[in-house]
Amino acid sequence: MALDKNGIAKRIAQELRDGYYVNLGIGIPTLVANYIPEGMQVVLHSENGLLGIGPFPTEDEVDPDLINAGKQTVTALPGSSFFDSAESFAMIRGGHVDLTVLGAFEVSEKGDIASWKVPGKLVKGMGGAMDLVAAAKNIIVAMQHTSKDGASKLLKECTLPLTGVRCVKKIVTDLAVMELVPEGFRLLERAPGVSVEEIIAATEGRLMVEGEIPEMNV
Amino acid sequence: MNKVVKNAEEAIRGLESGMSVMFGGFGLCGIPENCLTALAASDIRDLTCISNNAGIDNVGLGKLLRNRQMRKMMGSYVGENKEFERQLLSGELEVELIPQGTLAERIRAGGAGIPAFYVPAGYGTEVQEGKEVREFNGKMYLMEYGLRADFAIVKAWKGDALGNLVYRHTANNFNNMMAAAGIITIAEVEELVPVGSIDPNQVHTPGIYVQRIFQGVNYVKQIEFVTTREK
Repeated sequence: MALDKNGIAKRIAQELRDGYYVNLGIGIPTLVANYIPEGMQVVLHSENGLLGIGPFPTEDEVDPDLINAGKQTVTALPGSSFFDSAESFAMIRGGHVDLTVLGAFEVSEKGDIASWKVPGKLVKGMGGAMDLVAAAKNIIVAMQHTSKDGASKLLKECTLPLTGVRCVKKIVTDLAVMELVPEGFRLLERAPGVSVEEIIAATEGRLMVEGEIPEMNV
Repeated sequence: MNKVVKNAEEAIRGLESGMSVMFGGFGLCGIPENCLTALAASDIRDLTCISNNAGIDNVGLGKLLRNRQMRKMMGSYVGENKEFERQLLSGELEVELIPQGTLAERIRAGGAGIPAFYVPAGYGTEVQEGKEVREFNGKMYLMEYGLRADFAIVKAWKGDALGNLVYRHTANNFNNMMAAAGIITIAEVEELVPVGSIDPNQVHTPGIYVQRIFQGVNYVKQIEFVTTREK
């Protein structure tokens, strides 16, 4: 069965390592914070100027001066730090953030990502996404494998305006885990109960399938 | 030296139609509420506004949008604002979308006297259009220009008569860099404290960058998305 959003987040959480500084984008990526393995210390970065994002506040703790990049109220954990936006993006651009997880509309077999603009629909802006994908050391995309009408989102070439080029390292979808290699997408794992054939059928870009493909452990 | 002014109306003196103005804040967090209200009550128009976001309807920069006082908006994310959409689609408003880190660095560079610099953000995308592209160590970069403005309006938690500023939590965001990038910088603060009462070790924005300062009133600090957990 294809994974739900929480399943995707749970699988991505397996990519975390103790001591990682991680930036989680809006949507499914935010859910990854709920699955950080017990005993592992991971510091979450928010591009509006916070290292050490804590859980949502209780009603009494809500503070308008303390929000995340999605403009939601959050808390700051003991040992966190605040800083301005230039400093925040220096952390990203300077390669100090170990892992970035973000959503996407489309990813190409070359690792290009489209995530910010759909022509004909209103343009809201790229926010920090272009800075993140252009500079992060390790980028994992969390997304649905296909659109609601069944069209593949893993393409030969992105059709939508790009956020960045040749930057995606790994993709976790509701159907599969794949990494980007020079030849295209390489299938690493499949969602429980999902067949390799189903994944091939749902992938328009070049997909490398080598040997037995294990099921994800989620 | 006297930087202290009475209120927002006095602080925005000399800010005229057609000028460029930077506004601190991320979403509605850390925005200069008093000066925005004073500007919205004025007949100043045709402003080029430089701010990460454009407020929401009737709040923050949304107040200037409602009155059609904005000619151009430079920012990274302008969602959550119906009036913005309407003016953009009707062609009344010009918008320049800039990747957030590039925007922050352009402002920092402007204030620091750096005319241009290179960043990887936007390479291979439509942001690249018209920009110099250069390779360093096998990676591609775009040249971006430092940015200044006729006025920068920032909001801080505490400040003193010399213009030293301290921000609170994530309300710092764009305020710190903008303070240095304004030809005239106005700081509105929640609390104007006596000179000497801010520990010099704790100053975020040194007073040299601030020309006018006042203690604001009636801060609303509206929250865009209240998210909570059970106790």
